[in-house]
Amino acid sequence: MIELRGVSFGYDDPDRPELVLDGVDLTIEEGELVVVSGPTGVGKSTLLGVVTGLVPRFSGGRLIGDLLLDGRSIVHTAPRDRAHVLGYVGQDPAAGFVTDTVEEELAYGMEQLGLPPETMRRRVEETLDLLGIADLRARDLRTLSGGQQQRVAIGSVLTMHPRLLVLDEPTSALDPTAAEDVLATLTRLVHDLGLSVLLAEHRLERVVPFADRLCVLPGDGRLLAGDPAELLASSPVVPPIIELGRAAGWRPLPLSVRDARRRARGLAERLVVPPPRARPQTSTALVARGLTVAHGRTVALREVDLELLGGRVTGLMGRNGAGKSSLLWALQGTGRRRSGSVLVAGEDPGSLDAAGRRGLVGLLPQTAADLLYLETVDAECAAGDDGTGAARALLERLAPGIPGDAHPRDLSEGQRLALALSLVLATRPPVLLLDEPTRGLDYAAKHVLADILRDLAVQGHAVLVATHDVEFVARAADEVVVLAEGEVVSAGPVQRVLAESPSFAPQVTKVLGPPWLLVDEVVTALESA
Amino acid sequence: MTASVPGGLPRDLHPVAWWVWAIGLAAAASFTTNPWLLLMLVGVAALVVAARRSDQPWARAFRLYLWVGLAIVVLRVLFRLLFGGSYPGTVLVDLPTVPLPSWVAGVTLLGPVTRESLLAGLYDGLRLAAIVVCIGAANALANPKRLLRSVPPALYEIGTAMVVAVSVLPQFADSVRRVRAAQALRAGATGRIGRLRRLLVPVLEDALERSLALAAGMDARGYGRAGAATPAQRRTTGALMLVGLCGVCVGVYAVLDSTAPRWLALPMLAAGLLLAVAGMVSAGRRVERTRYRPDPWSLPEMGVAAVGVLVAVTAWWVSEHQMLIAYPDLSVLPQVSLLALVGVLAGLLPAVASPRPAHLGVAA
Repeated sequence: MIELRGVSFGYDDPDRPELVLDGVDLTIEEGELVVVSGPTGVGKSTLLGVVTGLVPRFSGGRLIGDLLLDGRSIVHTAPRDRAHVLGYVGQDPAAGFVTDTVEEELAYGMEQLGLPPETMRRRVEETLDLLGIADLRARDLRTLSGGQQQRVAIGSVLTMHPRLLVLDEPTSALDPTAAEDVLATLTRLVHDLGLSVLLAEHRLERVVPFADRLCVLPGDGRLLAGDPAELLASSPVVPPIIELGRAAGWRPLPLSVRDARRRARGLAERLVVPPPRARPQTSTALVARGLTVAHGRTVALREVDLELLGGRVTGLMGRNGAGKSSLLWALQGTGRRRSGSVLVAGEDPGSLDAAGRRGLVGLLPQTAADLLYLETVDAECAAGDDGTGAARALLERLAPGIPGDAHPRDLSEGQRLALALSLVLATRPPVLLLDEPTRGLDYAAKHVLADILRDLAVQGHAVLVATHDVEFVARAADEVVVLAEGEVVSAGPVQRVLAESPSFAPQVTKVLGPPWLLVDEVVTALESA
Repeated sequence: MTASVPGGLPRDLHPVAWWVWAIGLAAAASFTTNPWLLLMLVGVAALVVAARRSDQPWARAFRLYLWVGLAIVVLRVLFRLLFGGSYPGTVLVDLPTVPLPSWVAGVTLLGPVTRESLLAGLYDGLRLAAIVVCIGAANALANPKRLLRSVPPALYEIGTAMVVAVSVLPQFADSVRRVRAAQALRAGATGRIGRLRRLLVPVLEDALERSLALAAGMDARGYGRAGAATPAQRRTTGALMLVGLCGVCVGVYAVLDSTAPRWLALPMLAAGLLLAVAGMVSAGRRVERTRYRPDPWSLPEMGVAAVGVLVAVTAWWVSEHQMLIAYPDLSVLPQVSLLALVGVLAGLLPAVASPRPAHLGVAA
């Protein structure tokens, strides 16, 4: 149906002479779900943009090659004139909303196509039902949760009855359950409506079981396409389940937890259970008692008790809107609490000024770019530590080799995060809080971040990291706190809490059962067995 | 027997109808300084708002307009107190005049306060306040975004751009709040310029990125698809619109400037309007866009709009033929004629004649 023929793309920029895409050929058939994967920054979004026409129109750069729709070239057709065939949902669905209620948003694309009112009316109703959002029809788009917004965004292109749906990381901002929902919806569209789906994703663990075909961008401009099981055997980015399969020598590789569990029969018995992770006894760094936070009439946190120990990394989980950010800002002292107390080293950060709070509690906010405002990395570091060089030294340790004259916006996602983190840590606060730092990071960058957090804990910092990423928590955290509706629903060591809940269990736990969390642990046990 | 709901089944009235009604009331207010009539106009607007507003966010802003109105009245009277000396009439309080240097000749500070001066300030303030409250009523009753969506098809693109601009404002405020909180988490410049830079750079970057994402999203969803119009047709439409708008400008200028030749005034205005409308119709006919569930324009809409026109016309007639009612003497208690009273109270009709709003009692 859609065919890319010899597509090459590069920027006319002397600093970046290499091609992002180099002679890419790809054919997407009717009713096929194709997943594009690869490390961040290799050109997944660029490939999607070439298909939708947004690249090079919105990105600049030079595109060579041809794009065919049913054998007819559409490479020079503007995105707006491809809209009836191609539906595109961007990385942040909220950024693409044009109207303000769900119903109007669903109708917007059809209005542009000039469909008759009766057709529009019928399709809006059908789409509301298909995506299970009928009860949201009159809601303001900005009051929806992340998963709901994502489904409305998908619905708003589905009403145009496109033949190919193009999605850029549709689950990266969603909690595990909402992500499963969105993926299940997509699978149903592929199966029931014969829609083709092209989706970019670097968190492969959830999408691989649904994929008909996998495309891997290894980073040199080439595109490898093929059967998921074959391709993943050599792919640079793989979900834990594939790593486990590779380590255990399973052929062909299992793609779903169900397949893997069948293959793993008997494996768990052969493995020697690892000793529980060493938990050094340390002192309490932060104590919060009866913390209540309310925004107007909605209660964000209700009577939360929390203790953070020095030398420990604690994961903070819970669905979107469960109160994770409210808790972090309240602990940091900027968020106003209605009642309760927070004590760090005998002081309440809420009663101090901004500089005093920075000295007690460091917080890395959700959009780390909000912290940056200068033109070079060196200038940022100098402003962040009043010229003592502490920030630059930290950055060198967190992410070695960043040139000092680089512009912060030119850094990779992981490097920018490291820069923001070193600015926050420049005052050496005993407590460090991080709000969704794994968003947009690939497996390699997440491993690096996990090591950084472990390293900070070894130096005595108490670390609390809010995230949706189960695999990241399994790797980085000692303890987990799960929030729901502003209350703590479970808290304790990571092995126990993650294994207790089916939706928060990492893939290795799902396959082998507790206490296994990480592939590395299994590999070590396999080697010693 | 069928149960009848006054004004029909609950639904949102066409926003243009509410605006015509409110502008009619505002026009009526501008034709008089009679405090009774003005107070009644404010009351009429407030009653209709209370009866027919929905519980969407913009509907709650009406109270703000009332406060602004009150502030206008208080300020007007205060100014009369401060600068209104030497106004002839009955002296209430004989304050001494503060001598001012000669370069502010013409301005007197304090001085004897007369009843007439205070009343003139009060009436004047009331008139302005009534106009502000009427516009506020329109804002509270009609969804401003739906109003923008009701522009003729030829102006659709501009309408969408304005809707987007309106939606961006709350996002911008949100972004400022977020960046301010984030910047407090790190050390950095503390000077005035430095602080401003710390706020502005991330906020502007954020705004730029958002607008690019929105533009890409809108483009990918077909915004601005080329219609089937040929270049020649497009040129005709453009020429019609341009000439028409020029005609309107010349006409308006001539109407306002009484020294301009009369043949330039109303005839030119009419011709210009005609050409502009022709241009819009010609453009609209070729637009391949449709509208999802457009607001219907039916009897209640016509009724509400007609009431607005009626109120304005009555007030204009009163101001022409019953001068003492419209502009009462400051030395006597103002009187009200039956016609003026009925004319203003007619504005209340939409409170019962229009349908109830659809989103009443539904938490947003």
